[in-house]
Amino acid sequence: MEIFLQQCVNALQWGSFYALIALGYTLVYGVLRLINFAHGDIFMVGAYLAFYISTAFLAPEGLFGFSRGLTLALTIPLTMIFTSLVGVTLERIAYRPLMRKGAHRLYVVITALMCGLVLENGNLALLGASRKTLPALLDKSVYDVGGIAVTNLKLWVIFAAVLVFFALHFVVTKTRMGMAMRAVSWNKFALPLMGIPLDSVIVFTFVLGSGIAGLGGMLFAMSYPVLEPYMGAMTGWKAFIAAVVGGIGDIRGAFVGGFLLAFVEVMVAAFLPSTFRDLFAFSILLLILWQRPTGIFGRPLISKI
Amino acid sequence: MSKCVCAFALACMSTLFMSGGVLAGQTIKIGFPIPLTGEIPKVGESTKFAAELFREEVNAKGGLDVGGKKYPLEFIFEDNESKPETAVNVTLKLIDRDDVLAIVGPQSSRQAVPVGAVANENETPMITPWSTNPDATKDRPWVFRAAFLDPFQASVAADFAAKEFKARKVAVLFEISNDYSKGLADNFRDAWEERHGKDSVVAFESHGPKDQDFSAQLTKMIAAKPDFIFLPENYSFAALIVPQARDLGYKGFFMGSDAWGSAELMKLCGDACKGQFFSTHYYAAAGAKGATREFIDKYNKKYGYVPDDVAALTWDAVALVSGAIQKAGRLENSTRKMRGLIRENLASVKDFKGITGDMHFDSQGDPVKCAVIVVIDDKGDFTFRESVCPK
Repeated sequence: MEIFLQQCVNALQWGSFYALIALGYTLVYGVLRLINFAHGDIFMVGAYLAFYISTAFLAPEGLFGFSRGLTLALTIPLTMIFTSLVGVTLERIAYRPLMRKGAHRLYVVITALMCGLVLENGNLALLGASRKTLPALLDKSVYDVGGIAVTNLKLWVIFAAVLVFFALHFVVTKTRMGMAMRAVSWNKFALPLMGIPLDSVIVFTFVLGSGIAGLGGMLFAMSYPVLEPYMGAMTGWKAFIAAVVGGIGDIRGAFVGGFLLAFVEVMVAAFLPSTFRDLFAFSILLLILWQRPTGIFGRPLISKI
Repeated sequence: MSKCVCAFALACMSTLFMSGGVLAGQTIKIGFPIPLTGEIPKVGESTKFAAELFREEVNAKGGLDVGGKKYPLEFIFEDNESKPETAVNVTLKLIDRDDVLAIVGPQSSRQAVPVGAVANENETPMITPWSTNPDATKDRPWVFRAAFLDPFQASVAADFAAKEFKARKVAVLFEISNDYSKGLADNFRDAWEERHGKDSVVAFESHGPKDQDFSAQLTKMIAAKPDFIFLPENYSFAALIVPQARDLGYKGFFMGSDAWGSAELMKLCGDACKGQFFSTHYYAAAGAKGATREFIDKYNKKYGYVPDDVAALTWDAVALVSGAIQKAGRLENSTRKMRGLIRENLASVKDFKGITGDMHFDSQGDPVKCAVIVVIDDKGDFTFRESVCPK
């Protein structure tokens, strides 16, 4: 039983990362019907930005020599801001011109794939292949709760994912901007006629999605402090699958899908030989999609998000 | 017009390639298909640095002395991206297009096993400095290695751990898609079960090549209450696994393998790896003597850090190849013939005095040499613990 509960904690932590990335996929898809395949690499950019920002601030080597608490407090918002800038830049230079020219959505998706590769290989060329490691910004302590080991960092990660989900849900359902986002997914062409600036809504969507990816990248770098240019690729792909299984376009779906994928992965590794982990995990997801092709929360092509 | 330019460019390029072929008579070309990017970039860097050091030293004296004439060394470094398929492609390019006399590399068994087949089919002598999986050289007369073998390393690790940790139960975690990691894990399990009985390996878990979270496997392993955990992993994985096991409440020892011995391990792993042990090829910490000391000082002076085992083994591999060329006493015009001569001379090496110890090759092209057990001390330095030689 203890082992099972321990594995649940493991899955919650791992699922938090999937959920944070999947939320970005689902936001952009919900509004633009665009699968932003560069999203996993934006997550990677977030992790690298966190590395550079925190090493710049942190004593004793950093430029400013701040304490660890202050560095952490500054790194979180700065990482989110800079990562959203990267996301918005991609939208501005890669996706928007294509969509303006009326290109089919497929071409934009392929462009997104290429943008992801550009980010990966650009990083490789600029920074080299050597691994980076994020300095410890948090005094890690291990708690033992009835035989279950939890670290404070893990609790923060899970807390952050839940908080982001509720904040996002609030923004989308309760604010004017959220209403505009939902309106875009209803009808993109009627929107400007109503006097709603389409471009700002799209930019806002990218800011939200990339900002969350930046936060996810930073927490990921704190939990698994070995950074490499391709770290976002596989995690990003899996988070995309999580978003689809949850029902892409629905933020509840992304959240549930992320945790579901992590639970399946962890439990398969826990109770079957770990060699079969991905095989079984994805077979189970395949079965879910077979039963519900639009995902758990997905509805066939009515209002998304 | 553009067609003309294209044709002209093509003509230029082909002249370039052809002149490369003509020049082959004057320089000694050795090819290095090494991991400059990908999973283990530090390994590629160490290989390149050590080889460059060797080349500069020889070329400063006018080149390699073969039968009274001096030929400069020309090393061609190709990036295998730490992937088996890329390694095979760049090796074919080195053999067919660059006409190299010999191949030094690849480093990891994951690439060395498939590349060994290519070198053997194309009758080009190859030395892999760092690969420890038996399959890389097995039944391949053209393929040699500078490192000891996994079965030997596994039995060294098993004996040491049993004695040092007074252990009987062990848990093993390895990378399923890596020939090196999987091979060593299998060998270790066999060695351990032979010594301590059938149920002594309490957990035997694996992970994939891109994994970053190992908590599911580690929870399972820790629940089996092992006396220590054996991690035949690349340093980048070891640096993730050890802290994660600590987070899950594991307090026991880790025993690693030679792939831990990278200068980057402590940078990535930090304090969590201090006090752990691993088996390796040579003894870099204070106390190294003679040629080994000289190599460490030269390398440290030029690149600013103590060379790891990859650098030392690469140096020995290059020294073995150039020794074989010198022994031929002449440089044949035909690359095929020259490659054959190098292979013969490598196979008949007796008592090569390398910086990683004395060695000679057995009938499979594997060296007979000693292993070293290293402990990571409080300052994060790799400190000599004991040396184990084949019986």
